[in-house]
Parts: sequence; C-alpha cells; structure tokens
Amino acid sequence: MEKLDIGKYIESAIDSITQHAGPVLDGIALVIEGIVDGLQNALLSAPSWLIMILMALIAYYVQAGGLKLARTKKGFRKGFGLAIFTIIGLFLLLWMDYWEETMQTLALVLASAFLALLTGIPLGIWAARNSKADQVIRPVLDFMQTMPAFVYLIPAILFFSVGNVPGVVATVVFSLPPAVRLTSLGIRGVPEEVVEAAQSFGSTKRQLLFKVQIPLAMPTILAGVNQVIMLALSMVVIASMVGAAGLGERVYSGILQAKVGLGFEAGLGIVILAIILDRVTQALGGLGKK
Amino acid sequence: MSKIEVKDLYLIFGSKHKQALELVKKGMSKDKVLEKTKCTVAVKDANFSIEQGEIFVVMGLSGSGKSSLIRCFNRLNEPTAGSILLDGKDVIKMNDDQLRQLRRTEMSMVFQHFGLLPHRSVLANTAFGLEIQGVSEAESYEKAREMIKTVGLEGYEDMMTGELSGGMQQRVGLARALTTNPEILLMDEAFSALDPLIRTNMQDELIELQRKLKKTIVFITHDLDEALKLGDRIAILKDGKIVQIGTPEEILVNPADDYVRAFVENVDRSMIVTASSLMFKNTGKLILEKDGPSLALRRMREMGVNRLPVVDRENVFLGFVRDNDAVELKKKDDRDLNKILIKDVMPKVAPDTPAADLLPLFIDKQLPLPVVDDDGKLLGVAVHSSVIAEVTGRDREEIIEIKNSGGL
Repeated sequence: MEKLDIGKYIESAIDSITQHAGPVLDGIALVIEGIVDGLQNALLSAPSWLIMILMALIAYYVQAGGLKLARTKKGFRKGFGLAIFTIIGLFLLLWMDYWEETMQTLALVLASAFLALLTGIPLGIWAARNSKADQVIRPVLDFMQTMPAFVYLIPAILFFSVGNVPGVVATVVFSLPPAVRLTSLGIRGVPEEVVEAAQSFGSTKRQLLFKVQIPLAMPTILAGVNQVIMLALSMVVIASMVGAAGLGERVYSGILQAKVGLGFEAGLGIVILAIILDRVTQALGGLGKK
Repeated sequence: MSKIEVKDLYLIFGSKHKQALELVKKGMSKDKVLEKTKCTVAVKDANFSIEQGEIFVVMGLSGSGKSSLIRCFNRLNEPTAGSILLDGKDVIKMNDDQLRQLRRTEMSMVFQHFGLLPHRSVLANTAFGLEIQGVSEAESYEKAREMIKTVGLEGYEDMMTGELSGGMQQRVGLARALTTNPEILLMDEAFSALDPLIRTNMQDELIELQRKLKKTIVFITHDLDEALKLGDRIAILKDGKIVQIGTPEEILVNPADDYVRAFVENVDRSMIVTASSLMFKNTGKLILEKDGPSLALRRMREMGVNRLPVVDRENVFLGFVRDNDAVELKKKDDRDLNKILIKDVMPKVAPDTPAADLLPLFIDKQLPLPVVDDDGKLLGVAVHSSVIAEVTGRDREEIIEIKNSGGL
C-alpha cells in the first residue's frame, strides 16, 4: 500500500493560496510591516533615557493601581520596586549595547500581541455567546496550541518570505489561543443571575455585552492579555529563524556559532523584558481597585 | 379584571419539549417523562390570577418549579404552552421589542443573590434600569437617589456593592427594581440569602413599602413563615403543579392535601390563626331583655357549659352569666338577669387577633373570651382549650385528657 501523504496535500493547499491569494497576502504584509516599522522607529528614534523613564513611569502607575493611588504612600510602596527594576534592567541592556535589539524585540512583541488580541478577543466573545461557534473554535485552538511552534514558520516564509512579517504572523498564530480562550471563559463565567438581571431590565444583547459581560469578564480577559504577551515574547525568539530582528536574532546566532556568552547576554535581555512586561500586564487587572 | 392571569401554563426544559408536552397532557408523571424524553417538566398546568396591588406568594420546596414559574412572567424562561395575560395582553405572544418594553417599564425583578454589578457603585447599580432605556445620567441618577433614600440606604450612594452587607445589597436590588417604576415586582427568593434577623427586617420593610407603593408583587419563597407573613394569597407548588391557592389562614386551617399539611405542621400557628377561626359561633346566648334564669339554665345544659354570654336586642355583648348564679336567682324567683350579670368581663377581642395574643388574656380567668366586631356585637366566644390546642397543634381531646390526668 502506498503511504498516506498528508504533507503533499498541505503543500498543494499552501501553493494554491500563494498563487491565488497573492494580493491579499501582500495587503496583510503591508499592514504588518507598517505597524512593526512604525513601532520600531518610534522606539529607536526617541532617546534611550526617555524610553527608560517612560517605561518606568508606566510600570510605576500600573503597579501602584492607577493614577489616583500612585500619589498615595501605599501606591508608592507597591509601584516603587518595579520602576527601579525597569530603570536598572534597561540601563544594563543599554550598557551591554543591546538597546537596539531590545527595542526591536519589544516592537515585535507589542505588534504581535496587538494583532493577536485584535482578533482573539472578538473571537472569544463570539465563542462565548454562540455554542456552535465554540464547538468549531475549540478544536482549532487545541490544534494551534499543540502544533510545534516551529511548524508555523514554514508557511509563514512561503506566504511572506523572510523578515519581520513572517515572524509576526507566526507569533500571532502561536499566541492567539489564550486571548480567545480566556475571553470566552471570562464571559461564560459571569454569574447567570447578573446576566438575568440585566436581561430582566430589558437590555439589548449589545448592552448586555458592553455594560455587563465585558466589564465583569475583564480580570480574566486581562489574564489572557498577559498570556498573549508572554507567549509572543517566547515566540519572537523562535521567529528570528525566519529573519525577525531583535534579541532573538542574537540568541540564534549564539547557537549557530556556539558562543555561550553571546547567547546568554541576549537571553538575559529577554528575561529582563519578560519580567517588566509580565508584571505590568499582571497589574492591569488591579487598576482602579483599592 | 385581574392584573395577571395565568392560563394552562406549561414549562418544559429539553430539546424534545413538544413531545414531552403531549405526554404530560396525557397524564404521564414527571419522572416518566424525564425517563422517556430527557425533558424536565418544570411547570405543569398552572392556572391562577393575581390581583392588582396584592402580594402573591408562590411557595414550594427547592425543585418544585417556583423559580422557573416566576421566570415565565418576564420570559427569562420561554413557556412551552399556555398564556400569561397582563392587563389582557398575552406576554408569551409578544415580539422582542414588545418584550423588551415590558421588561423595561412594567416588570422588574429582584434576585436571590442580588444580581448586582460588582464594578459599579450603589448609585450606578440603582440607575441601571433607566440607563438601559437611554435616560440621561442626570435624570436617572436623580431618580436612583430618591429610591436609595426610600429603601434606607442614603449616604451609601458612592460605595461599591461589594462593600455592603447582604441585607444592604438586597436593598440596592430592590431600589434598582423600583427605580423604573414598574407596576409589577417579581421577587425570586429575594430574602432567602439573608440572615434570619435581617430577613425579618426586610420583610417588615417590604410590607411597609407595599403599603405606600401598592405594586403587584409576585414573591417566591421556600419558607412558609415568610409566605404567611407577606402573602395576601399563597400558591403552593409541588412538582411543578399548584396544589393549593388561598389566603394564609385558609391554607393553615384547611390544607388541601397531605403535602400542604406536612408544610403547615411546623408553622408557628399562633401568629397566623386568629380569634375568628378558633371561636365558637354557636355558643348559644341570652338576650338580657327577654330571657330569664330558667331558660339560661336549660340552654347551659343543652350546650354542656357552665356559663353563657349575654347580649342586648342589637346583639351587643354585655357580659356572662354563670350556672351557680342562675340557680340562686331562680331560687329567689327573680327573673332579672341583670342582677347576676358579670359585666366587668375581661377584654373583648377583635376577630383578627392572633392566637398568640389571646393566650395571656386567659391568665387567672375562668370565663371564655368574647369575640366582638367594631360595634361591640358578639361574633362568638373563644375558650382556653381551643386556643391552646391551636397554639400547640394538639387537638382538644388530647388537651382535655392531659388536663384530667394532671399534666404530662
């Protein structure tokens, strides 16, 4: 018996997409390129001390629990630590001469996370409100999460050649599932009675969604945002294999040249960035609460 | 016309509810239907009407379908068959717009676990109903403030609901429901999640509020004491079917079947059963102007008692005469009952006096209590044994037996 060759069908499917959907792919590439370049230029053209202070301030306000609390002693005690860490961490990277790579990585992570959330949150809302949609989306997400991340790189290259764009596309695909899952989970987790109460006062579906379900699901959705950003950061390193710029590129060349020092330095940069992004996004859920 | 009329209402959960409905209508039991179609029969052939301005209580154990039933009124549950007429319009036939209008302006609901929005202040929660209608913030907040005052939460407007106690949260729930000024209030186990003391308070306040607002209230509870306290009328639900509808006293005195009787058994009857239902109406009485001691004695013998109430020609209660005194009077050959009339009789009681309030009046007295109306006319007499029987839940023979044998 001839062996079953699924790969062949996948290849031909990808081929036909590249052939027929060329303009669409070009359009997508253009948009992604624009976002990533814009972010990178903004982050790199500003003086490094300004970026450091800005990031430290964001870290401080978010950790302190919002603008109001940031002026109180309690808020200061909570926000102070991360602000100092941000300054020291970023300064260290600047000193090691990794500033450009760090900013490139940050731009890639933010662009990918933004796109993943832009598609993931509406999908999650849809899945929460429509059980048929949920039945379809769920296995697709399972597939996306269990498929080894490297595999996404291949079609990404075929569709978008090399560079930042295929990197972002692969990262979006890889980091999308938690946005969908946690949004859906959050909305489904809104107490039935609260939903009934809103309905009993004559809410339309839209009012129910925006006045009740999304606000109540917000902590869970924000946990999803945190997950998306962390996954994006981990994928950006892998994405350097298709030519995405940044810290990942250095790690990758460290591997190829078997230079432990180079790999470690760049890896340290990723860790510092990860800690800052993680703490900031985790604290988002606590904004405005006492 | 009644405010709400429920006719042949069925509510069946499950995908094969049409098939299940056929089976239920043919008389198949709830369990059999579940086995056959995997459908749950929540409400079965409900027929009743609710009058304008009354508190109508639906009572049943958990799983009896009472919460499912109340959710049919505003169609949070879609009934399977039947009709619910509100001022003659069928709620079940309404389209989405009409239904939304109904929910916004005519019916509000109060929930067991309050159903408040935790990310909003008390004020914003209370204004929710008006906000949904598109009323401006200034106007809706003004009305909300008024309602918050009405339910006694003044000063808490800017607190978050999570910072309040359960009782206070439910006040917010009540204020929110009242802010849209609905005619009908649906209260689903509204006080069941509260501590007993706070619960009693809330019940009292609801009664007080209702006196002012005169809404039509449908109140769901599993607690008979609460039902008896709040309800103008009570419907008792068992397995989705209404087994009895009546005033609290009717239900206590004449339970329709064993299920209701079992419910009623453990109630503090002394607060519900009143003088009018435990008095003896045919006690025999003497009319002062025309009856004499011989007639008095003969009638006492007939009735097997040793005293009789005396009234005037207008049936106004005057006092009692005792057999011993009547014998003395007869010996003297005097016919004037006035001479032996015991006038300074213990307090007369109104027919709606609860049994619990009657008991203390018997202390140190040998005579029964006359039950009179507002004009002082005699309605009947209440005797110790029947009051004690009512309060303790034992029957009279039992009590007499205990008394004769010298106590328990």
